[in-house]
Amino acid sequence: MNDEAWLFSAFGTGTLLVLIAGVYCVLVSRNLIRTIIGVEILTKAVTLLLILAGYITGRTALAQSLAITLIVIEVAVVVVAVSIVVGLYKDDDDVNAGTLTKLKG
Amino acid sequence: MLDAILLVALVLASVLTVMTARVLRAAIALAVTSAVLAVVMFRLGSPFAGVFELSVCAGLIPAILISVIGLTRRLGPEGLAARRIERLKRYWYLPVLLIIAAVILSQVNLRVDHMVQPITPEADPRTVLWNLRHLDLLGQIVVLLGGAFAVVVLLKELRNER
Repeated sequence: MNDEAWLFSAFGTGTLLVLIAGVYCVLVSRNLIRTIIGVEILTKAVTLLLILAGYITGRTALAQSLAITLIVIEVAVVVVAVSIVVGLYKDDDDVNAGTLTKLKG
Repeated sequence: MLDAILLVALVLASVLTVMTARVLRAAIALAVTSAVLAVVMFRLGSPFAGVFELSVCAGLIPAILISVIGLTRRLGPEGLAARRIERLKRYWYLPVLLIIAAVILSQVNLRVDHMVQPITPEADPRTVLWNLRHLDLLGQIVVLLGGAFAVVVLLKELRNER
């Protein structure tokens, strides 16, 4: 296996493992802050995949611009999610998703 | 060799982020994950994105998370011990799952049809962002303003409820 093929195989495997960790965190966590952290880990995997794709195809500039866009969106998502968590905490004195019943339809 | 070490560090840091019992430590582990990812980005020829990842994802986002964690109530030693046992029951599957996935993926042998191309002359993300992807910039501004607006509305609602 040459260097490039090894690089893609190794980084592809690493990306999928990080993705699995993020999905597991989102699915299993009940703490809302930890759920946000899980979404963050998922975003890390996607960012790495974008950069890897840019490196493999030689279009690093395009990949970087997309990664920067993704990071900006990530910040906005985290800030809004965190402010929702703060609001819920002020209301219920808890950040456990299992005890939130006010949104039940 | 360095790439392999960085990859292992990245996966371990993300697993530590998920598995650790205290949320504060999870936020710090997330910062470490972002820092390792930034180094990987530098290695893969993406220094601008690496700088963003390092400053924003390893600096700003953990700072926001830690400040929010500071607002919440901290568990005492007994509560933490109970939490650790309860978490262990839910989270021990993750390392097993990752090991199985790593073994399967090493057998699958991921291939790529496009081998590494020489980096194109317009390889400057600033040029790409300003000349080719200017709608992305507009989208970024809209997302940031939307986020700021949402935070203002949420905090205002809180104040009104009080």
